[in-house]
Amino acid sequence: MPEDAHRSPYIPNTDSDRRAMLDAIGAASVEELFEDLPDNLGELELDLPPARSELELMQHAQELASMNRVPGDYACFLGAGSYRHHVPAIVRQITSRSEFVTAYTPYQPEVSQGTLQTAYEFQTLVCQLTGMEVANLGMYDGASSLAEATLMAARITGRNRVAVAGSLSPPYREVLNTYAQAPGLAIDTLDPNQPDLADGTACVIVQQPNFHGYMEDVDRLSALAHDNGALLIVSVDPVSLGMFRPPSDYDADIVVGEGQAMGVPPAFGGPYVGLFACKQQFVRQMPGRIVGKTVDTRDRTAYVLTLQTREQHIRRERATSNICTAATLVALMSTVYMASFGKQGLRRVAELCYHKAHYAASLIDDIPGYSLALDGTFFQEFVVICPMPPSEINERLLDHKIIGGLDIDGQIPNGMLVCVTELNSREEIDRLAAALAEIGATA
Amino acid sequence: MTNLMDRFELDRRKLLMERSVPGRIGVSLPPLDVPVAPMPDDSLLRHDLEMPEISESELVRYFAQISQFNFSIDHNFYPLGSCTMKYNPKVNDEFASLPGLAQIHPLQPESTIQGALKLLWRLQALLSGITGLPGVSLAPMAGADGELAGMLMIRAYHLDRGDDQRKSVLIPDSAHGTNPASAAMAGFDVVTLPSDSSGNTDLEALKAAADDNLAGLMITLPSTLGLFDTNILEVTRIVREAGGLVYGDGANLNAILGRVKLGSLGFDVVHSNLHKTFSTPHGGGGPGSGPVVAAERLAEYLPAPIAARIDDGDGHVRYGFDTPPKTVGKLGAFHGNFGSLARAYAYILAMGKEGVHQTSEDAVINANYILSQLRDDYDLPYDRGCMHEVVLSARTLKRRHGVSALDVCKRLIDYGIHPPTMYFPLIIEEALMIEPTETESKETLDHFIAVMKAIATEAKDEPELLHDAPHNTPNTRLDEARAARRPELRWRRASSS
Repeated sequence: MPEDAHRSPYIPNTDSDRRAMLDAIGAASVEELFEDLPDNLGELELDLPPARSELELMQHAQELASMNRVPGDYACFLGAGSYRHHVPAIVRQITSRSEFVTAYTPYQPEVSQGTLQTAYEFQTLVCQLTGMEVANLGMYDGASSLAEATLMAARITGRNRVAVAGSLSPPYREVLNTYAQAPGLAIDTLDPNQPDLADGTACVIVQQPNFHGYMEDVDRLSALAHDNGALLIVSVDPVSLGMFRPPSDYDADIVVGEGQAMGVPPAFGGPYVGLFACKQQFVRQMPGRIVGKTVDTRDRTAYVLTLQTREQHIRRERATSNICTAATLVALMSTVYMASFGKQGLRRVAELCYHKAHYAASLIDDIPGYSLALDGTFFQEFVVICPMPPSEINERLLDHKIIGGLDIDGQIPNGMLVCVTELNSREEIDRLAAALAEIGATA
Repeated sequence: MTNLMDRFELDRRKLLMERSVPGRIGVSLPPLDVPVAPMPDDSLLRHDLEMPEISESELVRYFAQISQFNFSIDHNFYPLGSCTMKYNPKVNDEFASLPGLAQIHPLQPESTIQGALKLLWRLQALLSGITGLPGVSLAPMAGADGELAGMLMIRAYHLDRGDDQRKSVLIPDSAHGTNPASAAMAGFDVVTLPSDSSGNTDLEALKAAADDNLAGLMITLPSTLGLFDTNILEVTRIVREAGGLVYGDGANLNAILGRVKLGSLGFDVVHSNLHKTFSTPHGGGGPGSGPVVAAERLAEYLPAPIAARIDDGDGHVRYGFDTPPKTVGKLGAFHGNFGSLARAYAYILAMGKEGVHQTSEDAVINANYILSQLRDDYDLPYDRGCMHEVVLSARTLKRRHGVSALDVCKRLIDYGIHPPTMYFPLIIEEALMIEPTETESKETLDHFIAVMKAIATEAKDEPELLHDAPHNTPNTRLDEARAARRPELRWRRASSS
């Protein structure tokens, strides 16, 4: 069989098409079209492998996938900012529709009402879930949302210190450090019993439930912030809001969170969507895309990107943020998730996680050598003190087809952060407890 | 009495909360298989949660119906300039959706995610090979995120050398708005550079601005005018000799794939939009992915993490995560948008060396073909060949017939074609920025050219057709001023009064 010249299924034009087009252009060769490029720049040869067929590509994909140990095959008790929950088939089916997947940012509203109307739904549901007055169309992820909220608080207050509860997720704190370096924001860690804030503090930042899964005394932090003229920024797990009080209850000014838990697979860390909501009075300081309702020339309802004078393409170096492409499709996944579970389902999912996590915690707490590290109310995560380094335990749990909790020995000696959601069956939880007991007995 | 046909139109626009009926639900809920735990103190609990109650079947029909209000690459020619709306290969979605890739947790021990790490490491090598720059971080989650990372790297580099005074960043007047916004977020003062009469960087202005305060230059190559700056080697030389660094906005990388390596042009750090050049779907506004690639002298500042290949000595190789020694830090909670990275990886492998080269060739032929066929019907601001996109202007139509670039764009919708980017770059009056990409056939381009000519004729003969366009969409033109003046940003229950 003769080898044809390379032909990509993604590129329709043939050599005769190209010749006809070059003739029409008046170019003798394609090289003429590139004559503005400098030459004599040395090695141009691309160090790339030859093209792979679709068949070879999927074989390669299977090979890479088979090198990973996959939750589902393994019982998995990892959380810490990325949560495994059941994703209804409707979420994948709707968000695989190419009308949504292969559209660009809705710059032309007359041909983007699908994206725009669903975006308006997202903003509505995020507001209702958090209790806040306004929400944007989402940020890259929960951590970047928090960092942008902090910059926003500094703009609003004209202050440049930030007080962070020590129980904030460490990677969120790192992302905050990245964003804070150029504007020179000073970041203080809040002492749990501290009666006052340092002068010039723009905001108090707290995660609820906190990185260890426990509920913080947010009323105290809210008073602390507001008594000192600072804003309260809360980073939430949206699934917890199915049963726990919303941040509006304790007067949060800006609410951020990781939307992934609602309908988005873990996908090794992304793409996710950062939730971003705030009080109405701050709306013109918000970063990101915002969709608003309006009418068309025939007075019919329509949706459109709005308040764009905040944004980079209009305001350039004076914009509220540089964000452009964010996570609209992922926001749609969360929208369909919230709509399908709805009023009853969101509460039910939260309660399932709560009860299962408490069942797991009580089993593990009863194992000799293991104990719960913290007191208080937790949602679906808790910290276990192990009788040996958690990294060793996790290595041995793999033999039991279990991916254990997160090793947080760096924060709490021999600490393991265990997450239990509705995806963990009683059988999995019992198996984890039995394996921990067996491994612990060898300590 | 409402006409039943109008009723259908109106009902499609009803929002979730307006469809809600108490007692309905869109998903079946699993039973609780463990003992009930004591509930937390009531003061911690939520007592009301307003959310829609809608059956699964009704939800599917609602979302399916409104999805059809969108134009998209799968349904329409979408020559949106600077956005590189190329075809999104379906196999890439299947590749990234394999449970072994889509279901892994970002915090699993490295020994359990060797396949994912190998993919990241290999993608880093592919992007390094394509750009000719050795350092790669896949962490940025969009183009603008890559810009922020790159500008923070430039900041850290100068601070490391005690060059605290290097605060100014030069940005051409044709640049995307993200460039000045990112530079400002990285703490720089933005100085706008004019373009010269042929669309290149104005060298005299550049020389005047290249002083001891210069931190660097942010430049898009080819520019947003669709032009390759013929002064580029001189531009990067001037910046480097003044002690500045060169940032490349890779939004338009599609034009030069396999033709020139940015490293050899004097670029220090570049981002690439995988959702443009490397075909990952744009999702109506994300997710994106914006890896940064860097020259040797900046590689140690790259954002974390970086995938690493570790040779354990006994011939055993494994993959892990590494943190560059002077990293500017983390940009997101985890390791970047893996789902997008996996798609881009699949795309590059499917294209291979020949395909990558063919991509830029066809992208540039297609754009020049459109230029050659429409130059008599629309204004051509710079009389020279273009790269992967052509910027035309409707200024003569506007002057003679009162028809604007906006009118032309809205009329294109009636013909089933997504409008080009309009009124950008800002320095071109009545700009129409057209990027066909290499995935469009000559027949599609011929149809587009015929439509654009027809619209130019309509502009003379029946201008009201254009002023009133589009005619067949679910909405006619919107009152955008009203949306901004009286923001309604969410559904609210109508007050009972």
